[in-house]
Amino acid sequence: MAPVSTSTSSIPRPARALGFNSTIERFAWMAGSLLVLGLFWHVLAVVLQNRYLPTPVAVFDIMMREAESGELWKHTSATLARVAIAFIFSMFIGTAIGLALGKYKTADKFFDAWLTLFLNLPALVTITLCYIWFGLTDVAAVVAVALNKIPNVAVNMREGARSLSKDLAEMAAMYKFGSWKTLRHVTLPQLAPFFAAAARSGLSLVWKIVLVVEAFGRSNGVGYRLAIAFQEFDVGTILAYALAFILIVQIIEFTILQPLQARVSAWRR
Amino acid sequence: MNGQDASGAIRVAVKRKIFPAVGDREAQLVLQDIAFEVAPRSFLVITGPSGCGKSTLLNIIAGLDRDYEGAIDLGPAKDGVTFIFQTPRLLPWRTLYENIALALPDGDPRHAEIPAMLDRVGLREAQNAYPEMLSLGMQRRAALARGFILEPKILLMDEPFVSLDDPTAASLRELLMDLWRRHPTTVIFVTHDRSEAIQLGTRILRLAPGQASVAQDVAVTLTDAQRHDRAAVLQEQSRIFAI
Repeated sequence: MAPVSTSTSSIPRPARALGFNSTIERFAWMAGSLLVLGLFWHVLAVVLQNRYLPTPVAVFDIMMREAESGELWKHTSATLARVAIAFIFSMFIGTAIGLALGKYKTADKFFDAWLTLFLNLPALVTITLCYIWFGLTDVAAVVAVALNKIPNVAVNMREGARSLSKDLAEMAAMYKFGSWKTLRHVTLPQLAPFFAAAARSGLSLVWKIVLVVEAFGRSNGVGYRLAIAFQEFDVGTILAYALAFILIVQIIEFTILQPLQARVSAWRR
Repeated sequence: MNGQDASGAIRVAVKRKIFPAVGDREAQLVLQDIAFEVAPRSFLVITGPSGCGKSTLLNIIAGLDRDYEGAIDLGPAKDGVTFIFQTPRLLPWRTLYENIALALPDGDPRHAEIPAMLDRVGLREAQNAYPEMLSLGMQRRAALARGFILEPKILLMDEPFVSLDDPTAASLRELLMDLWRRHPTTVIFVTHDRSEAIQLGTRILRLAPGQASVAQDVAVTLTDAQRHDRAAVLQEQSRIFAI
């Protein structure tokens, strides 16, 4: 029998119920409600006949035009790259800080005030200060985004570290798990839900801040494109880029983050 | 305490154990001058009303609680200690099989014995289920299997059958006796249930309430057959607990 701590363990795992039907039902509800929203928008635009409220069809045309010229992909990929780097960076550092604060009471007492300060620091302040101090560079942009997200992750993971079960730690010690087995089978599974929650809220926060950072001081990315469109009062382009990016973020949410969360909580009753 | 003798007995000597004051609750003397030896392969039951310090004593023997005055000498078997807790303490994110396998070191030959052990505790069918999907009785059986797969030299058990209905508790006691006969080992078993104490133990240590000390130390003189006989258990119970 293979030891349990290898990923190719021969221990048969139970089939995880994915709830296929409930997934379809959820999608049907979502598609239906979005369709209603789209119709409402269309009717409103047709009735008002205002150049600052284009119809969904017009917005879709702009999206296609931008996609064909390659502009759409150029800007969304630049934004995605910044989102990815800032996200990974802040998850990593935020987790480390959160776990340390959850574990060491003195450090927690001391840094709690710092955490509160950074949590309440407006994104606009960190962004402007980073650009002023580090120049209008990509490094400054990513650092500014990470600084906004790190306290958030840290608070989440601190909660996770505080809620670690003493009962299970005693059990692991009594059954001589050792540090690696304890980490893998006792500690990390307890932290996983907190990590998954931080990741999901993290993605939505990070991409919104990245757009602001780009609008302020980058020369590519969705945020930059939105800033240009704003100067021209080009509502169609603003909506086209916003919708395109929401679509991408939702795809990431559905294909990566939600399955991840379902996986780490499969054992729950 | 040095100089382990050849008999391999466990020596317990707790001079004093105090719960420190917390908030407006005063410090509390839990255990005082408790000293006894446990012969190898005996089944010692520590009993007494709740709050008499029996679980605290077991935690001290296990080494989970080191804040006490006194000395515990587990003898040559000190590396083979296993604890079965009051709650099953299974990892909820691992299947029953994985929970049992995790108690063994990687590559240990005893991994091959897990299926047989699962059969013995009646959990073969449920081996791939997660603990929270099962009844408390099944979880406790899995905890027993996890303890016994290690073939411990010393087995410490803290009220492992509380909050179960009578038939389930009775069948788990049968299972424990069966496992204990297959793998004779020194057992220290804590319970407040008197008939459980009589049925399982070869020796009973009663802790006195309020005095935090040993009130009675007596051998149980039942044969294996008598332990299954309700009347014999009751008779022995009235003999021992009459004092």
